Amino acid sequence: MKIFVCIKQVPESNKVEVDPVTGVLKRDGAASKMNPYDLYNLETALRIREEVGGSIHVITMGPPQAEQVIREAFAMGADEGTLLSDRRFGGADVLATSYTLAQGIKSCGDFDLILCGKQTTDGDTAQVGPEISEWLNIPSVADVVQICKIEKDGITVNMDLPGEVEVAKVQFPCLLAVNKDIFQPRLPSYIKKLETKERRIQILSLDDMPDKDETHYGLNGSPTQVQKIFPPEANDKKEVWEDSSEVLAEKLFDKIVEMKFA
Amino acid sequence: MAKLIVHQEKITDNQKLIEVCPFGAMEEKEGKVTINAACKMCRLCVKKGPQGAVEYVEDEVREEINKDEWKGIAVYVDHVDGVIHPVTYELLGKARELAAVTGHPVYALFMGKNISERSRELQHYGADKIFVYDEPELDRFKIEPYTAVFEDFINRIKPSSVLVGATTVGRQLAPRVAARMRTGLTADCTVLQMNENTDLSQIRPAFGGNIMAHIKTPYHRPQMATVRYKIMNAPKRMEQESGEIVNCTIGREKLKANVEVLDIVLKEKEKFIENSDVLVVAGRGVKKQEDLNMLHRLAELLGGQLACTRPMAEAGWMDAKYQIGLSGRTVRPKLIITCGVSGSVQFAAGMNHSENIFAINKDAKAPIFKTAHYCMVGDLYEVIPQLIKKVEEKKGA
Repeated sequence: MKIFVCIKQVPESNKVEVDPVTGVLKRDGAASKMNPYDLYNLETALRIREEVGGSIHVITMGPPQAEQVIREAFAMGADEGTLLSDRRFGGADVLATSYTLAQGIKSCGDFDLILCGKQTTDGDTAQVGPEISEWLNIPSVADVVQICKIEKDGITVNMDLPGEVEVAKVQFPCLLAVNKDIFQPRLPSYIKKLETKERRIQILSLDDMPDKDETHYGLNGSPTQVQKIFPPEANDKKEVWEDSSEVLAEKLFDKIVEMKFA
Repeated sequence: MAKLIVHQEKITDNQKLIEVCPFGAMEEKEGKVTINAACKMCRLCVKKGPQGAVEYVEDEVREEINKDEWKGIAVYVDHVDGVIHPVTYELLGKARELAAVTGHPVYALFMGKNISERSRELQHYGADKIFVYDEPELDRFKIEPYTAVFEDFINRIKPSSVLVGATTVGRQLAPRVAARMRTGLTADCTVLQMNENTDLSQIRPAFGGNIMAHIKTPYHRPQMATVRYKIMNAPKRMEQESGEIVNCTIGREKLKANVEVLDIVLKEKEKFIENSDVLVVAGRGVKKQEDLNMLHRLAELLGGQLACTRPMAEAGWMDAKYQIGLSGRTVRPKLIITCGVSGSVQFAAGMNHSENIFAINKDAKAPIFKTAHYCMVGDLYEVIPQLIKKVEEKKGA
């Protein structure tokens, strides 16, 4: 089984502030880490490999320092790693990001399974996985909470729905986006870290992609445009109600209705 | 190709310019400032750097689409086995508001199996046309046939904007459709506004809600957005039926799926209090164990759960798994109503990040009022029964 695992480097903390006057994004240092949700898809890949054998190829898009998350994946047990890095990939939205990842996967060869995390902690969209599956023309299932059975032709999984769990069999090749807590992720191993210290990480730029049309990548390949960013309204409200119980009940009821809970 | 060009001669202080970039995408190489792959093209360096030091050039004009060819706002009807998810009505209400700006029609897209009868309910929510694809292959959500139907609908109707509920299905279907149509999609919008030129202003939180982003899709159609349940206001159901039901068909070959639904298992009802959007909390102000029934009833009416403080768990009135606080669970619901809770530091630490905190306590000096957003000085035995009555009346109406 050849498995691709999509991972991303995200800021260590998502505590960002926007200067309300200048609109400049202020971030707490430049520390970064692997997207916490990606620990679960990587762990899922490791469990599948333990069960049926095969190899795990992690892939990410980002600046040169995103190599770190590939090293971390090696220390957890991944076999190969590819970093898609090019200035021309900058400013990519969901469409351009998913296209770049799909092109990157294509240029690495055939696969049976692609695993994505639920979402990232910086973008929070949960859309890149399903879009990759469209570019590669393969079936996909998101919100996977359990791997039930792995067969030659496909994989049976549980998909989480609000009131029920759907058991579905998906034909290979396919893409799964797994939820948090599907498995307990293992810690990186120090021994593996040392063993893989010299392992080569493949770095691909736009010129290595099957499609070399610059208008399909980065800002140019992104239909959505950020007009501006601004700080959210803070919930620092404080109201003290010292009324009769009738009035209190009335006010509480009105607020609950306003907030759509009744 | 849009790009950034660095004019070295206009830079007065390299380090100062490098610090402008929030993504650390600028670096100094052999005395020259260069931009690396970490660049997000936010163009802050253009705006905030020394005048003219970084230039943004777009030397190729984007292909303009003819926006007049794309008319209407379409809403995807989210459902499981024909039971329509209420987010659908909220989006239809929003679509009506947006359409009023441009004078466009509102469409509903309903796909599934044996749903024709159900589609009549949609006629009470103001859609001008309801497009129904009723096929046996569409019995459960499967990504490939559902995307094929969506594509067929968009190509046939050419809606300017498409709104999809951010449900389990919507969050998979919308991105797949957006990629197929090579268009933009904005997830979890909290504000949507229509401009006269039919561009949809989409506002959403990012970085875990720490910043808000205003997003547009100026050169592509349709413009797609997902919205979570209970973000937009639900419109009133109209007595009169309106709108036309249009039955559509699609070629069988497009409905093939590589996903097969084998079984559907109902989930156990019991949930962790951490997963609940609404919590009612019982504190020592509750005098007798049987009085918890009243609070249980309120929690049930609001679609939430009853939780408790440590003394309640220690008295054995409630199981410890419902206890909030440092020695219990940490919760972050959208709505929390504490009843007769004094609000120790240990308790507050387990719930002070809740979105909306209401506290009822007889003692105006209770510490819980330091944490609460709405401080109700009163007797829970008087307030709660009246509140329950009001909610019941509204539900019954």
